[in-house]
Amino acid sequence: MITTEKFSRSYNYAFIDETTKKEIRRKILKGVAIPGYQVPYSSPEMPISRGWGTGGLHASLSLIGPNDTFKIIDQGSDASVNACNLRNFVKRMTGCKTTFDTAEATIVQTRHRITEEVLTDKQIIVFQVPQPEVLRGVERFEFKTRQMHAEADYAKMWVSLYESYVKFGAIMRGAGYPVKVNKRYIMTPSPIPRWDVPNLSHSDTLHVFAAGREKRIHCVPPHTLVEPLEFEDIKFRVEEFEGIRCSVTGEGDAFMDEIYETEGSRKHVINDSNFLDKLREGPRPHQRLFTNPQS
Amino acid sequence: MVKENSDNWLLRVRGLTKIYGEPISNSIRYTGPKFGTNQCPETDAIVACAEIDFDLNHGEVLGLVGESGSGKSTIVQLLYFDQEATSGDVKYRGFERGDTNLLSVSNQKKRYIRNHLMGMVYQNPRDGLNFKFSAGGNIAEKLLMAGEFHVGRIRERASSLLERTEVPIPRMDNVPSSFSGGMQQRVQISKAIANNPPLLFLDEVTSGLDVSVQAKVLDLIRTLQRQLGISMIVVSHDLSVIRMLTDRTMVLKNGRIVEAGLTDQILQDPQHEYTQLLVSSLL
Repeated sequence: MITTEKFSRSYNYAFIDETTKKEIRRKILKGVAIPGYQVPYSSPEMPISRGWGTGGLHASLSLIGPNDTFKIIDQGSDASVNACNLRNFVKRMTGCKTTFDTAEATIVQTRHRITEEVLTDKQIIVFQVPQPEVLRGVERFEFKTRQMHAEADYAKMWVSLYESYVKFGAIMRGAGYPVKVNKRYIMTPSPIPRWDVPNLSHSDTLHVFAAGREKRIHCVPPHTLVEPLEFEDIKFRVEEFEGIRCSVTGEGDAFMDEIYETEGSRKHVINDSNFLDKLREGPRPHQRLFTNPQS
Repeated sequence: MVKENSDNWLLRVRGLTKIYGEPISNSIRYTGPKFGTNQCPETDAIVACAEIDFDLNHGEVLGLVGESGSGKSTIVQLLYFDQEATSGDVKYRGFERGDTNLLSVSNQKKRYIRNHLMGMVYQNPRDGLNFKFSAGGNIAEKLLMAGEFHVGRIRERASSLLERTEVPIPRMDNVPSSFSGGMQQRVQISKAIANNPPLLFLDEVTSGLDVSVQAKVLDLIRTLQRQLGISMIVVSHDLSVIRMLTDRTMVLKNGRIVEAGLTDQILQDPQHEYTQLLVSSLL
């Protein structure tokens, strides 16, 4: 009988083999060197389907080590199904510590939010990106969008913002508001709400955006200028929660979820679950807040 | 062949050639009006146009006339960088004082030239306009590319352009697909002149329109030309359009210039046998 050790061995540390992890790290470095540029990468097979957070997993697992503390949130929540399952997977594959505490984590993986609490230069935030190509909405051909990025030809993007203003009286981009990174590339900040977009600029943290299905990584290094696209007379604005208080903590100045009760009334709750917990227990963690320009 | 040596040129074209397929050294020699074909007998390469030489002077309107397949549209498409020329030398006074061959500059510079220094009106409005954007948005595209990022000023400029081309301003925010053919063509003209380019290419602008609308569009082009002093290259197979708009005309056949001169002269006293045929077949 032919015996083989191949199937008796457990998985490699952090699931992905070392060569591929090295490749992903190199692609991340390239992304850091060219802020906002989409770097193609291998996107190896994972035990979940592509487009369900595989990009984020690739980036996190290629960066993680036994001394790291891992936090993962899905739309601000540590407890959602997607976050829990990916956390369990990362824990099993690496044996590293996991946490809900934003301040304690060294790697934060996120879907569609940046934490309210300010991240530090000791932390890396990894975004799960569904569609890395910011120009896809205005140009369906990949070879064209690559050419447009190469030549910084962003007129179509601008016209779509103009059209949005003409049709609706405002730039209607709830999530994934296009930003210009380091005065060169336009990129999508993954579908984070406008509330979080200003926090990308000149932050202390490395931002890694990884799209597993589309096989692209792009980065915003620390202390990099990130400007949301805006006209001279039509300015970028974040969501306004004026006069709205969190129904649990009674606090304001955070991104709120709107919850409808069965009888039709509604209430607001702070979206970031760890931030909410911290507000309940002690002093308010440090935040970066953006003030809308006077209209 | 008339070669202008005056120093008043805006656009100077020398040896402009476009060959599709595999050219060999004889491709140009064995094609042209003398052989009645533009297909190379050895490699089947198509010589769309070859060795085109001309000057366009400031404020002048130049006509390109010829049967379909004679290469007239190719010439303006090469000059507007819609297609890449096989060889040639194109100098333009508006760009780096006319010292640089436009065909050899980078794509970024080509786009700058297209957006700031040239305008193009296509036969089919679908080529020149983005039908997903509103009429105002289409004009805004040109202005945005030229670095105007003030929505209020963009809209002012767009409405003054549409007023000038007689497109009703309340329809500025409608998509061009809801417009009539003549209106689409006028929106295209507004877009082409949005950045006050000194040079405008008109490629069969009236061919798809009915006669009364044709007259209006031609009238508009003539008025704009007089008011703004734009130099133009007008491509048409229709001699009455050429007669109405142009000062000077070049007649093309099989990708070569067979006759060039003042428009009146060419229409009154055609020298080349093909031009004679063309003029005599005018209804």
